[in-house]
Amino acid sequence: MGEVVSDTVGSVGPAEVPEVELYHAHTWLTKYVFCQDAKVIAIQYSLTAMAIGLVALVLSWLMRLQLAFPGVFSLIQSDNYYQFITMHGMIMVIYLLTALFLGGFGNYLIPLMVGARDMAFPYVNMLSYWVYLLAVLVLVAGFFAPGGPTGAGWTLYPPQAIMTGTPGHEWGIILMLLSLILFIVGFTMGGLNYVVTVLQCRTRGMTLMRMPLTVWGIFTATVMALLAFPALFVACVMMMLDRLLSTSFFMPSVVEMGQRLSYAGGSPILFQHLFWFFGHPEVYIVALPAFGIVSDLISTHSRKNIFGYRMMVWAIVAIGALSFVVWAHHMYISGMDPYFGFFFATTTLIIAVPTAIKVYNWVLTLWQGDIHLTVPMLFALAFIVTFVNGGLTGLFLGNVVVDVPLSATLFVVAHFHMVMGVAPILVVFGGIYHWYPKVTGRMLNTTMGQIHFWITFLGAYAIFFPMHYLGLLGVPRRYYELGDTAFIPASAASLNVFITAAALVVGAGQLLFLFNLAWSLTRGREAGPNPWGATTLEWQTPETPPGHGNWGRELPVVYRWAYDYSVPGAERDFVPQNQPALAPAR
Amino acid sequence: MIVFLGVVAVIAGYWLSQQHLMAKPWLDVNAIGDVPAWGGPSVSPAKVGLGVFLTVAGCLFALLVSAYFMRVDIAATVEAGMGRGMLRGMPAPGQLWLNTGALVFSSVAMQCAQVAARHGHRQAVRDGLILGGISALVFLAGQLLVWRQLVEAGYFAASNPANAFFYLLTGIHGLHVAGGFVALGRTFTKLWHGVGIERLRLSVWLCTVYWHFLLVVWLAIFALLMGWADSFVTLCRALVT
Repeated sequence: MGEVVSDTVGSVGPAEVPEVELYHAHTWLTKYVFCQDAKVIAIQYSLTAMAIGLVALVLSWLMRLQLAFPGVFSLIQSDNYYQFITMHGMIMVIYLLTALFLGGFGNYLIPLMVGARDMAFPYVNMLSYWVYLLAVLVLVAGFFAPGGPTGAGWTLYPPQAIMTGTPGHEWGIILMLLSLILFIVGFTMGGLNYVVTVLQCRTRGMTLMRMPLTVWGIFTATVMALLAFPALFVACVMMMLDRLLSTSFFMPSVVEMGQRLSYAGGSPILFQHLFWFFGHPEVYIVALPAFGIVSDLISTHSRKNIFGYRMMVWAIVAIGALSFVVWAHHMYISGMDPYFGFFFATTTLIIAVPTAIKVYNWVLTLWQGDIHLTVPMLFALAFIVTFVNGGLTGLFLGNVVVDVPLSATLFVVAHFHMVMGVAPILVVFGGIYHWYPKVTGRMLNTTMGQIHFWITFLGAYAIFFPMHYLGLLGVPRRYYELGDTAFIPASAASLNVFITAAALVVGAGQLLFLFNLAWSLTRGREAGPNPWGATTLEWQTPETPPGHGNWGRELPVVYRWAYDYSVPGAERDFVPQNQPALAPAR
Repeated sequence: MIVFLGVVAVIAGYWLSQQHLMAKPWLDVNAIGDVPAWGGPSVSPAKVGLGVFLTVAGCLFALLVSAYFMRVDIAATVEAGMGRGMLRGMPAPGQLWLNTGALVFSSVAMQCAQVAARHGHRQAVRDGLILGGISALVFLAGQLLVWRQLVEAGYFAASNPANAFFYLLTGIHGLHVAGGFVALGRTFTKLWHGVGIERLRLSVWLCTVYWHFLLVVWLAIFALLMGWADSFVTLCRALVT
C-alpha cells in the first residue's frame, strides 16, 4: 500500500506540514537507552509498567492466600497484608494502567496515527520516561526501607497514613509520596507532548474529526490527567510537610498512645477532597484510552465502520468533562451534607448516559458485521461485557442509600475491579495483540493467545462475581482476618478459597502471555505491513516496524476518515485513510 | 478551583466549537489535490506547549488556593473564637513589598526584551534579559530573606496553618521562578552564540509570557495571604452557593 500512496502523494506536491528537525541517534546508548524516538520510549514505558505490574500481581496472590487460608502463612502478618493492599492498588492504578495507556500506547500510536514524524518535544518526552522510571524505583525502594512500604491503603487517608500505628510510617509513606510527586512531574512532561502533538503535528488532511477514536481517547484522557494530577501533587506535598515538618494541613489534634501529638486543627476531609478530585478523573484517565482502543479494535475486526463516530467523540469529551464533578461519590460515608450527596449522586448517574451511548454504539457496530474472532477481537468483546457488568454495579453504588451500607464491603472491591481493573486490562491485552505485529513485524501466536484469553476472561469472572455476593453478605473489605462472626456463614470461607484458586490460575496464565511476547519476537509468523487489513495510518508506514521518522521521505496525506470498511464498490474490504477518492469529492 | 475549571472549560468549549465537531467525516472523502486546508500549525507548537503547561501550573495554584480557603473555613468552624485570625497570624514584612517590586520590574524588563526582539534590536534584547534575570534573582533572594526573618521571629511552619500555607505557597511559587531560569539560561545561551534574531524571538516570547504568568500568580498569592482577596472570595462563594 505504501508504494501506491507515495506515487499519488507525489502528484499533489509535498505535504504542507513543516519539516521538523528530527533527532538522530548516533550511538547505541542514544538509540536504545536515552532515546528520543517516541516508539522506543513507548516500549520502555510498556516494559517498565509490565514489570512493576507483575510485582502487583504477586502481591494480589499473597493477599488472596491470606484471605483464603488465614493464619497459615507465617510470612503474611497483618502489617504485610496492609502493605500488600496499598502497593497493589497504587501500582495497578497509577504505575501500570496510567503509564501503559498514556506512556505506552500514547507514545507509540499518537505520532503514527496522526501522521507525525515524532512527538512535538522529543527531549522532554525522553525525560518523561526517565522520571517515571525513577518514580518506580523510589516506589520499589519502599520494600527495602526500614519498616517496609506504607500500609495506609492506596488512598493514603490521613491521619492514619502518617501515624505510628500504620506500617511503613517511618520511610514507606515518605517514599510513596516522593514517588507519586516524581510520577506526576514525569507524566506532565509526557502529557504536554501528547496534547501538543495531537493539536499541532497532525499531517495534511487529518482533521480532528478524522482522527481514530484511539487518539481521541488518549488525547482527552491526557487533558484530564493534566488537570487532575495537580490535585494529587498538592495533596502529596502537603502530606509530606505534615509528615516531615509537623505542619497541620491534614492532621487534626490526635492523641496517640495516651500522648497528645503536636498536630492541631488540620482537616482529613480536605485530603479526601483533593485525593478524589484526582481519583475519580483517574478512573476515566484509564477508561477513555480503553474506550478509544476498543472502538478501533471492534471496527477493524468486524470489518465495519464504527457506528455513530460523532456521538463517540462527543461522548468521550462529555465523559471527560463530567468526570470532574462526581468526585465526592467516593466520600458518601465521610459525613457530608445530604444535599451534596444528592448533587454528586445525580452527576454520577448522568455520566452513565454518554457511557451507555458508547456501549450501544459498539454493539451496533458489531450488528451484521463480518466479525472475525481474532484474539484482539475476543478481548474487545470481553471488554464490552465486563465494562457493562462493572458499570451496572456502579449505578447501584452511585446512589447514596445503596452505597452507605455497601461501601466498606467486598461489593465495592468487586465493582471497581470489574470496571477499572479487569475491563481496561482486557483492552491492554487486546491492544497488544493488535499492534504487536506493527511493533515487531511478527504476529503473536494465536493458540497461546486464545488460551491466555479464556484463562483471563473466565478466571476474572470466577474471581470477581462471587466477590459481589460476599459483599452483599456484608463481608468487609480491608480486613486481615474475619474471625468468627455471627452474620457471615462458614460457606463464605469456602467461597474465598475458590476465589483464591481462581486468582492463582489467572495470575499464572499471564506467564503464558509473557512467554508468547518473547517467543513470537523471533518465531512468530511474519506479519507484513497490514495483517488485519486496517485503515488507520500506522498500518500504512513504508517500513514495518516503522523506521525512525515513521514515514520515509514524505508525510502521508489523509483523504478520508478512519473507518472505511466494507465500502460498497471498493476493491478491498478496507480503504486506508491515505487513499484518495478516484473521482472529485462526493 | 471551580472558577479556574470554569475558565478552562470555556476556553476548551470555544476551541472545540471551532473544530467542526458537527462534520460528518464518513461523507467527506477527498480526491487528489482536494485535501482540506489544514496545512500544519498556525501557532508554534512551543507556544501551545507553554499554554498547556501554564494551564497545569495554574491548576496547581488554583488547587492550593482552594485548599487554603477550605482550611480557613475549617479553622473558622472548628476553632471558634480564633476564626480567621488564626490564619492571619503572620506579620507582613516590608521586604515582601520590595520583592514584589523586583518581580514587577523583572516582568517589565522581559517585556522590553520581547518588544526589542520583535523589532530586531539585539543589544536591547540582551539588556532586557539580563535585567529581567537579575531582578528575578533579587526576588528569590528577597523571598529567602523573608523566610529567614520569619523563622528568626519564631514563625515556624509547624506553629500554625497560616505559617504553613505561607511557606507552602511562597515555596512552590519560588520553585517555579527558579525553574524559569532554565528557559532563560537557554535563551541567553542562544543569544550568546549569535543565533539569529528570528529564532530568538520565539524563545524570548516564551520566557516573557512565563514571567508574566508568575507575576500574576504572585500578586494573587500576595493579595490572598494579606487578606485583601477576602471580599472577592466571599462574592465568588455567594455566586457558587
